Amino acid sequence: MLKLELRPQDSSFWRYASPVLALLVTVALGIGLFVLLGKDPVRGLQMFFWEPLKSAYALGELMVKATPLLVIALGLAVCYRSNVWNIGAEGQFVMGAVAAGGVAMLADKETGRWIVLLVVLAGVAGGMFWASITAWLKDKFHANEILVSLMLVYVADMVLGYLVYGPWKDPAGYNFPQTKTFEAVTQIPRLMSGSRVSVGLILALLGVVAVWLFLFRTRAGFAQQVGGLAPAAARYAGFSSRKALWTALLVSGGAAGLAGALEVAGPLGQLTPYVPAGYGFAAIIVAYVGRLHPVGMVFSAVLMSMFYIGGELAQSRMGLPKSITGVFQGLLLFCLLACDTLVAYRLRWQSRRG
Amino acid sequence: MHPPEPARLSLSNITKRYPGVVANRAVSLSVRPGEAHAVLGENGAGKSTLMKIIYGSVKPDEGAMHYNGQPVQIRNPQQARALGISMVFQHFSLFETLSVAENVWLGLDKSLTLPDVTARIHLKAAEYGLDIDPFRPVHTLSVGEMQRVEIIRALLTEPKLLILDEPTSVLTPQAVDKLFVVLKKLVSQGCSLLYISHKLHEIRELCTACTVLRAGQVTGVCDPREESNASLSRLMIGAEPPALTHQDRQAGAVLFAINNLSLHKEDQFGVDLSQVNLQVRAGEVVGIAGVSGNGQRELLYAMSGEDTRAPANAVHIDSQAVGQLGPNQRRLAGLHFVPEERLGRGAVPSLSLAQNMLLTRSEAVASSGLIRTQVLHKQAQKIIEQFKVKANGTNASAQSLSGGNLQKFIVGREIDAKPNVLLVSQPTWGVDVGAAAQIRGELLALRDAGCAVLVVSEELDELFEICDRLYVMANGKLSPSIDRKEASVAQIGEWMSGLWENHAQA
Repeated sequence: MLKLELRPQDSSFWRYASPVLALLVTVALGIGLFVLLGKDPVRGLQMFFWEPLKSAYALGELMVKATPLLVIALGLAVCYRSNVWNIGAEGQFVMGAVAAGGVAMLADKETGRWIVLLVVLAGVAGGMFWASITAWLKDKFHANEILVSLMLVYVADMVLGYLVYGPWKDPAGYNFPQTKTFEAVTQIPRLMSGSRVSVGLILALLGVVAVWLFLFRTRAGFAQQVGGLAPAAARYAGFSSRKALWTALLVSGGAAGLAGALEVAGPLGQLTPYVPAGYGFAAIIVAYVGRLHPVGMVFSAVLMSMFYIGGELAQSRMGLPKSITGVFQGLLLFCLLACDTLVAYRLRWQSRRG
Repeated sequence: MHPPEPARLSLSNITKRYPGVVANRAVSLSVRPGEAHAVLGENGAGKSTLMKIIYGSVKPDEGAMHYNGQPVQIRNPQQARALGISMVFQHFSLFETLSVAENVWLGLDKSLTLPDVTARIHLKAAEYGLDIDPFRPVHTLSVGEMQRVEIIRALLTEPKLLILDEPTSVLTPQAVDKLFVVLKKLVSQGCSLLYISHKLHEIRELCTACTVLRAGQVTGVCDPREESNASLSRLMIGAEPPALTHQDRQAGAVLFAINNLSLHKEDQFGVDLSQVNLQVRAGEVVGIAGVSGNGQRELLYAMSGEDTRAPANAVHIDSQAVGQLGPNQRRLAGLHFVPEERLGRGAVPSLSLAQNMLLTRSEAVASSGLIRTQVLHKQAQKIIEQFKVKANGTNASAQSLSGGNLQKFIVGREIDAKPNVLLVSQPTWGVDVGAAAQIRGELLALRDAGCAVLVVSEELDELFEICDRLYVMANGKLSPSIDRKEASVAQIGEWMSGLWENHAQA
């Protein structure tokens, strides 16, 4: 029978091979799923893995969805590597969008282009503020950050709902729960015409470099991670655990807020109850599939973005429910967790008598 | 003539492999009825694995076991106890919130009632002179008393073979004497003992036979009473440890001082520190003896800066009051510290040796805050070479090193920082004899270079070997200091029970 045997040292091969294997298993399970649903599996896979790549426009759309995922995941990676479990990035994303939207609504016809900067900064501040509630409660009362950050997601949704159904509702909007469409000057600049890709992508890629430098080339980043890996060693070295907590939550909250601003002042252009699209939760999967490594997360963000687009295509062209996206995301994370066993263990065939 | 009595326990060719290491290779061992049999070996020689195999908690890959002449396969500890094999582990398995009797009850037959168990504890305690109150909650007991509970628990199963794993590592010399009285009585009644230790004089006092293990293999079977320390060491480590040289020298100015430090414990299982006074001068090694759990941990936290609740004036480095400063600032003031937990405190297990340099050293950090990786690796490489650390390069993870090699690296990292004051906790705990000798030599070399060295250790032998002056810690208090030349093991042992006031008056 098969037996799991502890490796003397973690396998560096499987650390990188495990996400690939997890993707293959996810695809195999996906084929099974399509067959069970009575759909053509080849066409199903095409929706997820070919359609999103086949034209320049499709690639652009892929980037539009990958950008917020990557930005949020970068922040989360700093957080998780510090052993701070912020799973409320969705709420910080929403509050970033709300703050950015609030500033964008102040613009009128005469406002200059500089307002974009304010919109983005407001988004970062909004996300940071929302995450700082979690940090403060943890610092002051040892409140569990997993629960607090998760609960605050729903509070953030309520805040957004209150604003768009109440004081911020567009008077000329036929009573739809939405704000007015923001002035063009508040729009995040696009990289090229004909595609919705914005400078947000550049910001995300700069973020990759910045997070890589911080984590692997600065003492502050080192201190941050030691707190996560071995708290007693951090105390011995003199690295403050409070500082690590606040840094982790402010960085990840700020990143999620930035993503919210890019989204609301980019593709959305107004606040609606549909701002929360699940990016904050999907980014958790992005962070883990990318091994909490900035470069790895570029790939996983693109992959997750393919699932989003593929799910929408599968809905419109094959009549599959949209929740197929969530199913694929869940499958991938689940398979990754299972495949990660191979990092620390190896499979051995053993006769039953042994 | 009687036919020769079969051995109580005999092992033949026991082999146990773990991934990457053979813990026991073709080990044979035979214990006669009523024999106290020592199993001698360094840490990592495979003693504990062998005992776990006998006790049924580990299954051997090869080999046979006979018990009273019958072949047996012991599958679990319950079966071992049914056969009359009992074991006292090095680390106690007691519930702190339960009483003594309740703890003993947990390990026994379910059919007994608590009053039955209490009565039996009284009987056994009286028979062997083990003084214990069955109604006391375990958390109020001293370490020696906890061990008594473990031994009574073992005795109540009426063992024919009792296994003791390093039982004296937590005891004062006087408590060791008491324990030996009990063990000798057991042996005289026909119980066999398997006594695991690396302390040669104990083995010689108690045991009449000895099996020596090195790297998982038997390197000798002998009567320890007929062997010298040197010959036993040769069997155990393959060489005699080099002797340390002591030269008389004048100690310099006071470089480190604790003034009247009292601190409340941080958690409920801690110890309050009360009016601790201590001085360490340049060019001397000062030791703090004592059974662990008497406040050493708390005192070290306050000295290293991991605990900054002390008043500023309570801790002095040179002439600087540092009681309120954190570890980093104390390092800048010249104080470096080697903690007793190597993995998880002195080093981050999953990070490389080079990265672990950054815990306490910042030479490789540029003024811009960026880490110069080449400098960092060079620095780590220098320590690996200078302190003869066996490691697979500077990228090897800390957890891939053996205990002794990681300790050499950590000690090296702190010595290489050229500290004025070095605190070391349990410098050779769990370290093989060769590495231990090297570490002690390095500490003495550092002293000769004018550093003030403070060593906290449970091993009296070690303290007597390297220290110029000794303090003793008991119940959160620190004794007056005594010159090593004037101290005796018996006296230090008495002080370890907190009895120095009488002496000071006498």
